[in-house]
Amino acid sequence: MAKKSRLHIPRPSARPGDKPDFSYLDLSPAGSVDKPSRDSRTRDIEFLSSGLVRVLDDDHQAVGPWNPGIEPAQLQVALRWMMLNRIFDKRMWQIQRQGRISFYMEALGEEAVSIAQGMALRPGDMCFPSYRNQGLFLYRGVKLVDMMCQCLSNTRDMCKGRQLPIMYHSRAANVFSISGNLGTQYPHAVGWAMASAIKGEDHIAASWVGDGSTAEADFHHALTFAAVYQAPVILNVVNNQWAISTFQGFAGGERRAFAARGLGLGVPGIRVDGNDLLAIYAVTLWAAERARRGGGPTLIELVTYRAGAHSTSDDPSKYRPKDEYKAFPLGDPIDRLKNHLISMGHWSDAKHEQLQDELTAEVQAAWKEAQKYGTMTEGPFLESGTMFDDIYADVPKHLESQRRYMLEIEES
Amino acid sequence: MAQMNMIEAIRSALDVVMDKDPNVIVLGEDVGYFGGVFRCTDGLQRKYGEHRVIDAPIAEGGIIGAAIGMGINGLRPVAEIQFADYIYPGFDQIASELARIRYRSAGEFFSPVTIRTPCGGGIRGGQTHSQSPEAIFAHVTGIRSVMPSNPYDAKGLLISSIESDDPVVFFEPKRIYNGPFDGDPDKPAVSWTSHPKGEVPEGYYKVPLDTCEIVKTGEELTIVTYGTMVHVAEAAAAEVGVDAEIIDVRSLSPLDTETLADSVNRTGRCMVVHEATRFAGYGAELAARIQKDCFYNLEAPIGRVAGWDTPYPHAFEWQYFPGKKRVANGIRKMMEEG
Repeated sequence: MAKKSRLHIPRPSARPGDKPDFSYLDLSPAGSVDKPSRDSRTRDIEFLSSGLVRVLDDDHQAVGPWNPGIEPAQLQVALRWMMLNRIFDKRMWQIQRQGRISFYMEALGEEAVSIAQGMALRPGDMCFPSYRNQGLFLYRGVKLVDMMCQCLSNTRDMCKGRQLPIMYHSRAANVFSISGNLGTQYPHAVGWAMASAIKGEDHIAASWVGDGSTAEADFHHALTFAAVYQAPVILNVVNNQWAISTFQGFAGGERRAFAARGLGLGVPGIRVDGNDLLAIYAVTLWAAERARRGGGPTLIELVTYRAGAHSTSDDPSKYRPKDEYKAFPLGDPIDRLKNHLISMGHWSDAKHEQLQDELTAEVQAAWKEAQKYGTMTEGPFLESGTMFDDIYADVPKHLESQRRYMLEIEES
Repeated sequence: MAQMNMIEAIRSALDVVMDKDPNVIVLGEDVGYFGGVFRCTDGLQRKYGEHRVIDAPIAEGGIIGAAIGMGINGLRPVAEIQFADYIYPGFDQIASELARIRYRSAGEFFSPVTIRTPCGGGIRGGQTHSQSPEAIFAHVTGIRSVMPSNPYDAKGLLISSIESDDPVVFFEPKRIYNGPFDGDPDKPAVSWTSHPKGEVPEGYYKVPLDTCEIVKTGEELTIVTYGTMVHVAEAAAAEVGVDAEIIDVRSLSPLDTETLADSVNRTGRCMVVHEATRFAGYGAELAARIQKDCFYNLEAPIGRVAGWDTPYPHAFEWQYFPGKKRVANGIRKMMEEG
């Protein structure tokens, strides 16, 4: 046979109308991946980047060396945050569909990522989130009403009407401002972590990107800098299988796990069940302690599934099977933690329903309050003149004069 | 007062602010052990240590991205991009992040990064070591763009840039690192020692970031320029024998339009001169602005002398460079027109 070069076009295992097929995912049974010492050399722990760290097994039990042994009461708190994230998202999605906000992105199916990692990090650690980390903001204490006001660009909007909905930030909570550009936050996290080391502090940084954004140069810059300077940083890849309509193969995920991206630089990688709150918590704590002890960066790939659309602007039924999420072998993060708690006798369907109702009411009350600060159609409105503020530390003359002129025209 | 060339003045600025503020750190390619390919950071790593003068991987986007993160964490990073021609891989981090962090977070976060980068031609650098991309950066709101034309300003402006809470792209015209240049490559090189602006205080001082400087007063026309071309313009005006007022813009953005308008309203003629390519260049903004502020006092259309709209060719460097002859020609034509 004559050999010829050929162009390989990655194809997902299923498109609309096909039967979902996740046979491409390498899965390890819960509890089967060893937990090495935090001081291990990267070359001795390469297995962590190809296996899949899982704690919760199919019978809802926490098993194996990575079981973090979290108290049931704390697990109930975690469950509450994940549920709040989901209820908040559902409500905001509806609100967008009603035309009352311009845009939204939900974290459906990925809630364990932000909540588990939020729990494993310390409050002084700095987070550089992607656009699907709303759970981090919630967990770190940003109020629902403030997040809603951001989405409304109203008078209480933390961004003063300058950002698309969901591009939150919180200095008080140590969560950096979300950019609309993908992956740009990765080198920021590394630089922040370098500064922490330069100053001799023990705070670490963490950042998140999706599988798709690992193709960006910033991802590679960040990994290189993190490796070179052994920066105390956790770099997370949330592999939710889909970057809008392109499956993770288009980011180069067909042949090797994203967790292995750092190995060539000597950065250890851990591939973890992204729908298993206990496993995520455990690997994040491992990486955080390693970083805090001078062990440098860790790349964590969280294997999950984007159960919803990318954003309110796309229809996933046009590019993947409608029921694909139901076939995802790692299940749903909320169901899994709920069933685990029930199996231990620390939760019940009745309690779950009651909490669901409470949180729904909480979200509803926050929405009611948020609207008091203005909506897209009804005041109070932000003053348009503020659009010239915060471009520079002080407003330069040319911006002051443009503001004056704009207001003159508005008032004429 | 000490005599310094521009390299020494820049090094002195870094030394002074690093000594004053432990949060100032320097990072870039070859800046540490070696002291930079143009020697601007020579000796700083020995003095301040490897944690404050950091050799970086060859990844300009990474250098700027990491510097931004450091700035968010309270440091005052000075990033060196070895040649302005190499800055483009970092452009997204500058235009989409550095310039926008304060705005998008409504003032909660900011990152006071200064990016130093040598620019301009006249050093046999070919098309990838000679560019003047200042217009691209001046176009981005949220960053300051600065280009000094002499050692005194270089030091004072760099100290102001580093201490500013705004991000600054600081262009260093490398042709005049070692001495002023009148645009004639056949003449022997001149050093800064014979130039009044080669006298530089050893200690701390600032040159403000929001003022142009009238380098020479004059009556017959105003030449608005910056960087290397300040010296070429002076030589060209002298050759023509015209009494030109010469303004060194030096802080390109935000721009001190009052000084420009006052001058042109007095002289009635304006010639804009820069080394960068002409089309949609920084001179277009200067001309538009001055035209609006000075229209009824203008005796002639505002002129522009700039680099041709070509890349900077290695073999034809002096044909590209808007030297004394081209600037003088432009001045003569303008004087004849009105």
